[in-house]
Amino acid sequence: MMKRYDLIIVGAGPSGLSAAIEAAKRGLSVIVFDENEKPGGQLFKQIHKFFGSKEHKAKIRGFKIGQELLEEADRAGVRVELNATVIGMYQEKEISVQMKEEIRHYKGDTIIIATGAAENMVTFDGWTLPGVIGAGAAQTLMNLHGVKPGQKIIMLGSGNVGLVVSFQLMQSGCEVVGLVDAAPKIGGYGVHAAKLARCGVPFYLSHTIIKAEGQDYVTGVVICEVDSSFKPILGTEKHIDADTICMAVGLSPMSQLLKMAGCEMEDNPKRGGQVPIIDEYGETSIPGVYAVGDVSGIEEASSAMIEGRMAGVCAADFLGFRNDKEEALTKLKKDLDVLRQGMFAPGNRGKVLKTTEEGFPVSYNLLQKGYIADGEVENYPGVTRKNGIHPVIECSQNIPCNPCQDACSKKCIKIGEKITSLPAINEEAECSGCGMCVASCSGQAIFLVNESYEEGYATVTLPYEFLPLPPKGERGFALDRSGKNCCKAEIVDVRLIAAFDQTVLLTMKVPVDMAMTARFFKANEKEGLFI
Amino acid sequence: MSKVNNRSRNIGEFISEDEDDMLICRCEEITKGEIRKAVHEGMYTITEIRRYLRCGMGLCQGQTCARLVKGIVAKELGISPGNLEPATSRVPMRPVEMKILGNEQRGC
Repeated sequence: MMKRYDLIIVGAGPSGLSAAIEAAKRGLSVIVFDENEKPGGQLFKQIHKFFGSKEHKAKIRGFKIGQELLEEADRAGVRVELNATVIGMYQEKEISVQMKEEIRHYKGDTIIIATGAAENMVTFDGWTLPGVIGAGAAQTLMNLHGVKPGQKIIMLGSGNVGLVVSFQLMQSGCEVVGLVDAAPKIGGYGVHAAKLARCGVPFYLSHTIIKAEGQDYVTGVVICEVDSSFKPILGTEKHIDADTICMAVGLSPMSQLLKMAGCEMEDNPKRGGQVPIIDEYGETSIPGVYAVGDVSGIEEASSAMIEGRMAGVCAADFLGFRNDKEEALTKLKKDLDVLRQGMFAPGNRGKVLKTTEEGFPVSYNLLQKGYIADGEVENYPGVTRKNGIHPVIECSQNIPCNPCQDACSKKCIKIGEKITSLPAINEEAECSGCGMCVASCSGQAIFLVNESYEEGYATVTLPYEFLPLPPKGERGFALDRSGKNCCKAEIVDVRLIAAFDQTVLLTMKVPVDMAMTARFFKANEKEGLFI
Repeated sequence: MSKVNNRSRNIGEFISEDEDDMLICRCEEITKGEIRKAVHEGMYTITEIRRYLRCGMGLCQGQTCARLVKGIVAKELGISPGNLEPATSRVPMRPVEMKILGNEQRGC
């Protein structure tokens, strides 16, 4: 005898839980298995605010989205089995699960596979030394277990994972000594890169790691330039001191269960490797078996959650439960299409874009060095200058994200119907300086600038997510977008209210000619040393 | 006959390279040189390589090296990795102790 459920889900990450919720709400008996001791997949490692719109839970931090999903699943009556490793999947929708010291068998009338992906590695001399780790492993250490992965970190890979994890490493007190990528341009969002650049992290594009130095563990790294076919160029080697090398070089779908159950598979580099052939709602070649999230093609958590919900709806319909499939799927499909727009849309992968959708020039400085150059920044519609306090939005890429528009009660910021449009300043509206837009920007790309603060001085208000917080009155220096010390600065205000959700707003006083240059604050290391 | 399975195709002699000592499969401690050599000894598919060398058959079940091995074998054969049939997936897809595998729950 085996236990039987209307729906078996493998994987309690964002897509698996979302699928479980939709199916359970429609009356299905649902069980979710996860091999980890905690549910949530990667969500509980995500301490940053998510992009998107309200419907996609934008500006909410990943781990909170995880908590919300778990509560929703609980209310819907979903059963989640942890430390439960699905070791096999067979024809007729049967699975074997290892739980504690025994193997149990279950049968589902439908199955949703949401097993996610595993990190890719690249090899170089010394890649097996202790100290060479995956970026995901670094996140697990820091954000789940409170362990600092190292002191001096080199990150390999400039996609969003590499950029986001680098920033989190800095938040946990590590020094990121360089970000290396063989590609000639930064792969992830420019705003994520800009957060690192203004803290002084150097970007080594068209570079690769050729050696991890050290006998028993990593003590340094040798990088070198690569040519256009990614071959190392002799004579360009550089040594960098480091004790940890983090790899963020992509993910491979963990699709073995689908393959062993007999689903048709394909090797599709655009989706990350071996993936099942699925229809637009995630159904595989076996009716009633679905694949959602990274296992069906590498994307990110927001789209994974929608894919999960779609498959949950389809599983309910497949078994003849509530008849609202068309209506529910139409809405979900619309939400998903919105996320797949803009410069980073799957259809734009590998393309070289010269302008934004609106026709503004793309900043190559941003793509190659991680920051928008001084002269370029005023090209964008979010950057304007006027008397008094006003927002400066350094958002230069079409990304599906719009929380800043809703954050401003004075209607200073307009994005419009198209969620990927660059935010523009509404010149008629009057900024109150409340700072809600600064805290709402997941890319930390909004600043408040006041060039008429006092005679000869301006203030710049910036989002700050580091500890310790500089107190009001703290003196130090301002860093420009490239992380260079550009002038003396003094903290005149430190604001944190509940609505900012842990993003502190620092207001620093700088010479007025630095108002459009100063973008980060660094306290004096020793009182009086620099002033 | 696909290019992969055409064993009469000349892929040249095995020539040693600088990186041959580099470990690729960490669980079973298989080097790049061993994998390259196996191809020249006639192992043209991932299934054959796995049986011959045991790479990808250890604790992590190829989670780390599968992609790397595939790349090395494909390069040696002069084909794209996408043309290589991936390894078979079968139960158990995670390592399980025999005493647990044999301890099936009976009844409901």
